[in-house]
Amino acid sequence: MTNTATEALSVVVEREIPFPAEKIWRALTQPHLIEEWLMENDFKPAVGHRFDLRADWGSVDCKVLAVEPKKTLSYTWDAMGLESVVTWTLTPTSTGTHLRMEQSGFRPDQQQAYQGAKYGWQKFFAGLERVVGGLS
Amino acid sequence: MRAEPTAIFKTLRDPTRRALFERLSREGELTVHALTAPSGVSQPAVSKHLNSLKLAGLVRDRRDGRETYYRARPEGLTPLFDWLKFFATFWQSRFDRLEDLLKRMDR
Repeated sequence: MTNTATEALSVVVEREIPFPAEKIWRALTQPHLIEEWLMENDFKPAVGHRFDLRADWGSVDCKVLAVEPKKTLSYTWDAMGLESVVTWTLTPTSTGTHLRMEQSGFRPDQQQAYQGAKYGWQKFFAGLERVVGGLS
Repeated sequence: MRAEPTAIFKTLRDPTRRALFERLSREGELTVHALTAPSGVSQPAVSKHLNSLKLAGLVRDRRDGRETYYRARPEGLTPLFDWLKFFATFWQSRFDRLEDLLKRMDR
């Protein structure tokens, strides 16, 4: 079951993609391919590597946090003073791959706080919904 | 007061601050004393947390005699929701482009 209350605090996009994880992984990690669907970049799949994503409207500062080939890729995403973390998860299915992207406003070095926060957020949003109704 | 989504994320990441904000959202206006009582945190600490929430635009305060009253500003969460909405749209369109690319790579 998806926890919508928790996910309300992050942006989650999930899709069933009719291609193997190996191929999607290439599109997520090879600079010339990344450029075709995301932005110009100097990405390298190495933990700690800093890179930029560049577009005509500006650039995004990133740093690779986690690389697990064909499974997980995670990098920071700092743009216009907003710090966040983008995490890709690839899960093989019978027809291809389940691809999940989560962008969250939590910092990775706060993993423990983040885990602790998950439960709190759930309560937080439940409470908030009761109080402010249609705001979101 | 406008705050960056990052400031709001950071402010609400702290469980004590989150609890204070939740309680104010639920119960309306409360004094620092009332907020301190069940929190298990000292009053100066509660005041400090309330000030962080205020700086992030999530609560407002009002002095009346010796007491300071706080109330939640649910509208203070709007930058957070705007941020989430912007990126939800952004990533949906990038997923479309990624799928197009994967089809082309197939050839």
